[in-house]
Amino acid sequence: MPLSSEWPRLCTLGVDGFLVQFGDRLSEQANRAALTFRVALESQNWDGIEETSTSLVSTYLRFDPQWQTHADLRVMLKGLLAQQDWFTGDLPTGRRLWRVPTVYGTTMAPQLDEAARAAGMTVDEAVASVSQSRVRVQTIGFAPGQPYLGELPQVWNIPRQTALTDKVPEGALAVAIQQLVLFSVTTPTGWRHIGQTAFRLFRPETEQPFVLRPGDEVIFVSTSPETLTQMKRDADGGATFEVIT
Amino acid sequence: MNRSLIVHRAGQGMTIQDLGRFGYLEYGLSRGGAADHLAIAEGAALLGQGRCKATLEMAGMGGEFEATEDMRIALTGAPMRASVDGARVVWNASHALPKGARLSIGGAVTGVYGYLHVGGGLETTVKLGARSAHLAAGLGSPVLAGDSLPVGPDQGVCQIGMGLEPSQRFDGGLLRIVPSLQTEFFTPEQIQHFETTEFRRDTRGNRMGVRLQTKGVGFQSEAGLSVVSEVIVPGDVQITGDGAPFVLLSECQTTGGYPRIGTVLPADLPRVAQACAGAVLQFKFVSLEDAVEIESREWKKLQNLRQTIQPLIRDPRKIPNLLSYQLISGVTAGDDLDKALQ
Repeated sequence: MPLSSEWPRLCTLGVDGFLVQFGDRLSEQANRAALTFRVALESQNWDGIEETSTSLVSTYLRFDPQWQTHADLRVMLKGLLAQQDWFTGDLPTGRRLWRVPTVYGTTMAPQLDEAARAAGMTVDEAVASVSQSRVRVQTIGFAPGQPYLGELPQVWNIPRQTALTDKVPEGALAVAIQQLVLFSVTTPTGWRHIGQTAFRLFRPETEQPFVLRPGDEVIFVSTSPETLTQMKRDADGGATFEVIT
Repeated sequence: MNRSLIVHRAGQGMTIQDLGRFGYLEYGLSRGGAADHLAIAEGAALLGQGRCKATLEMAGMGGEFEATEDMRIALTGAPMRASVDGARVVWNASHALPKGARLSIGGAVTGVYGYLHVGGGLETTVKLGARSAHLAAGLGSPVLAGDSLPVGPDQGVCQIGMGLEPSQRFDGGLLRIVPSLQTEFFTPEQIQHFETTEFRRDTRGNRMGVRLQTKGVGFQSEAGLSVVSEVIVPGDVQITGDGAPFVLLSECQTTGGYPRIGTVLPADLPRVAQACAGAVLQFKFVSLEDAVEIESREWKKLQNLRQTIQPLIRDPRKIPNLLSYQLISGVTAGDDLDKALQ
């Protein structure tokens, strides 16, 4: 558990990296700690740091061992970690709250019924539950720009399918284990396809190729298939954001 | 016509590669770049230009090319049979590719990835700071017959006809590995077994990673089956569901949930990428301190590659038009000077 003395844990990753782990399973606090610590780390401007990122429960740091020794960096990281309780601190500022129009169910998202059954809800209850949840981008991975979001109410702790769905389209919203994935590419998946958006997450041809950032929050607002079809002409598929203050 | 390289024939999996893109891990984009970064450095040394130039990576099979202007080229990585207008040219060397001449490159004799470098580098569009195709991420596309690849102005200083002795890396060998965050999920017996096993490179492998085959029991970790997805770096050795190791390369995913037994040193990754199917690979754990020292030596070696290149010594038996050379014009009867003085 996050608050035990075992966490955070500092270990090396490869020859030129450190990983600061805030837990060994996903929790709101561990994810909060990873996001918050990364921002603090970036603001230190330490010599030799090449890149930082976050996973679900950890902050990663890659550095140039020609510039900085493992021993020195370990001391510096421990010093920074000791400065505050990262599990309960405020999340970084500058994050955004996105509202993303989403068609739940219909032929556009054929596994809503199945997912609602697995969660022990009616379809209407399921739509209400997901569309009213304000979820956080816990990490981005698997494919460029693709967010894992959470966490949903406990009732959504449903397993992934044992068999893969051959293909879900770009913009598909899928659910499992109290999390949502919004797919940035057309891909096979074991997550159940419950909603469809027109939100393009990876735009390599533009100046801002990635839309979402770890720590952003999202509400998947329910909309009709007709409205969504019209929104496809919009670069953001009808999605809007405001900066969280 | 613009300075470019016309592709008349292209093997499958041919892409433009440089050293890849850094800084996009937080957005789920791995660095990508040439599978064999050493081959990039060798090509840059042969042509006397920076390592940032984009090259053509050929996955097991070459192609046929034509230059729209006189160019210098260099060939590195997995050796392939190559010729210019039918005349054989050697690998690990720089050559002239005259305007209109046909450069023909066949299959890899050993290893996997061959590289064609051009003086000035390939100047295709930069996307997110690099020219590398990252097919897994949908960046760039394979090079196909009919493509015309723009080439930058050649500002290199080296002469052509230079060669280098490549680091041996095409038939497997020893891979040095450091412990990583999940090494402790494996028992000391499993680690020992892992270090003493001779693995063979599976036919399944690509720019994302290479699967290794093992006879007998796999290396599955009980504790590792339910680990939370964690950051992946190239070189990480995942133990997949069937207990076989999978070594991740530059185009790997950025996070993953399979337990990892350790990380192969960057200096040894070309050996993983270039091992041909069936090649024997073994792992040996080294301490982090030793790994840093090894990497530092490797860095210095790359810096000094330029000093190791040598003029090619041509074997007369391999010169097809040997008899057209004036080989005897300096021979005299020995009394010319005497006659002249008379």
